[in-house]
Amino acid sequence: MNDKQSIPVVKCLDLTKTYIQGSIEVHALSHVNFEAYTGEFICLSGPSGSGKSTLLNMIGGLDTPSSGEVYIDGEEIDELNKSDLADMRLNKIGFVFQAYNLIPVLTAQENIEMVMQMQGVSKHQRNRISLDILKEVGLEGLEKRKPTELSGGQQQRVAVARAIASKPSLVLADEPTANLDSDTANKLIDLMLEMNKQHSTTFIISTHDPMIMRRAKTLIKLHDGKIAEVINQE
Amino acid sequence: MTNSLSLISSLAWRNLWRNKRRTGVILFAMVLGVWAMIVTASFMRGMAIQALDDTINNLTGHIQIHQKKYLDDPVIENSFLSNDETLLTSLAHTDIVSWSKRLRVPAVISSERDTFGITLIGIDPKSEARLSFLLSAIYQGNYFSDNSDKGIIIGKKLAEDLETKLGRRVVIMSQDKKNELADRGYRITGIYDTPQEGMETAFAFMTYNSIEKLLKTSQLSSEIAIITRSLDQVPATLSRLKAANPDLDIQSWDTLQPFTKLIEEMYTDFQYVWHLIVFMAMSFGIINTLLMTIFERTREFGLFQALGLKPRFILAQVWIEAIFMLAIALVLGNLVSWLTVLSTGDGIDVSAFAQGMEMAQLSNIIPFIIVREDLLLANIIVILLGLLTSLYPAWRASRLVPANAITRV
Repeated sequence: MNDKQSIPVVKCLDLTKTYIQGSIEVHALSHVNFEAYTGEFICLSGPSGSGKSTLLNMIGGLDTPSSGEVYIDGEEIDELNKSDLADMRLNKIGFVFQAYNLIPVLTAQENIEMVMQMQGVSKHQRNRISLDILKEVGLEGLEKRKPTELSGGQQQRVAVARAIASKPSLVLADEPTANLDSDTANKLIDLMLEMNKQHSTTFIISTHDPMIMRRAKTLIKLHDGKIAEVINQE
Repeated sequence: MTNSLSLISSLAWRNLWRNKRRTGVILFAMVLGVWAMIVTASFMRGMAIQALDDTINNLTGHIQIHQKKYLDDPVIENSFLSNDETLLTSLAHTDIVSWSKRLRVPAVISSERDTFGITLIGIDPKSEARLSFLLSAIYQGNYFSDNSDKGIIIGKKLAEDLETKLGRRVVIMSQDKKNELADRGYRITGIYDTPQEGMETAFAFMTYNSIEKLLKTSQLSSEIAIITRSLDQVPATLSRLKAANPDLDIQSWDTLQPFTKLIEEMYTDFQYVWHLIVFMAMSFGIINTLLMTIFERTREFGLFQALGLKPRFILAQVWIEAIFMLAIALVLGNLVSWLTVLSTGDGIDVSAFAQGMEMAQLSNIIPFIIVREDLLLANIIVILLGLLTSLYPAWRASRLVPANAITRV
């Protein structure tokens, strides 16, 4: 499925992120070079502080690198202003976070429709797509429930459904199973793999979970802000 | 754009009711603020209008005409002929609703028991009835039937001080045109009652015929009081009359009664200051609530940005939330204010402070009057300053770095 001849969905060039904590410089990322292509399912692993979340934040344009470049579909995101960056996130990237993924005042269906609504998709179409996806993620009948009325696993399913509903080329998931039991976590990974297969969406997932690491097509191990090893598991 | 606005409007409305207790408390504070602004404004406006009405009704009118030296030395020698053709022509104009000539002299009034100094005023009963308070203030007896009425009308307080009553005789002493003593007895045919006791002890009234007989004058007047179509008409009528009668001293109510003018101006200025004080107290509540909201929802704002909502829509979301809050507070505040003013009926009785009120030329009943300008001012101040105040928290929300916001614990 990967087409290494085409433009990579994600390309990181010599990416570095340095934080100042008091008088100490912390190198969260150090000269990271990395590419991801359409349909890849990549898992970022490594101990806490190895730079997994920082790398995802840089790729998603949620934070700015100290040096280096990030390209999404060939476009350098550092050159985008805040508004264009927001547009890029809206149209090209789906996010799944560890917790606090959903807007509490919206129902499951409204949470899924939210991104499409921002994209300007018609109400009728939004309704149809969101119901289809809810069915796809196994939450049929729960569309009117608020996040507090859903279990942790169901909330993460809604988050995944929202991330893919707008048909992004890339989904970034930061420890999406961290708060879930192993059975629920397994089902969520099944779901993401299914989405990856069906929609050819590129997934980049950061995790500590060995089960996810085993199932990823590509495993990238990070250590002290550097890529220590890249393992192709296909 | 429309879709995003529709989304954030819906979110703003739902978020407003997310913490019902907090929203309820801040709304209560804002409604109280709006109520304080409008009700205080209506009370002050009532006082100002009352003071102005009292001034105009209590003999001043909108405009007065005198002989040039009269206001400096109000003696009978400084009177003028009120049957002058030019003067009468200038008074017969459509911008004048009514006018009345008066002859005023200092006099002494005596009963069997006591003697007091007063101002004696000769009036034309028919024209005076359309112009001043006297007809409506008759408390006992009757107003003058016509110019041939030979009685005298005195104030209630003066009657008490003189220990006399309706139907009894009093003696009036004054100086006639030749500076000779003029005195005559008159039967009290009417007693008037006003909220201002000072008026009641200061003025006694008789017909023009009676005073001319007493002072041996003919067609002489100390003043002509005029009521124009409206207060706005006064400057134009004043100019016209001045141009037509250059030998007479013609002045408007605000020059004749500068204290009333000062009260009116002071109330208007005080209203601005009061509105600002109330709003400042209210604004702390608005800012605090919105900052708390942003603090609590920092991760949510980070999530919105991560999902692609532009910073300007984050700002708009907080702002729209503030607009909803302001709109509800204004609707309720206006409603409660209106009900409050309605419940006061003709006004509140402040007779416990009668002396102080009289010194300020005010009546003992202060009506609450809501005028459109005051209502608009209070509402506009709350809307504009409210939007301005909520801009800072909204701006802070839009400036959050998504990566930091999402990971905030």
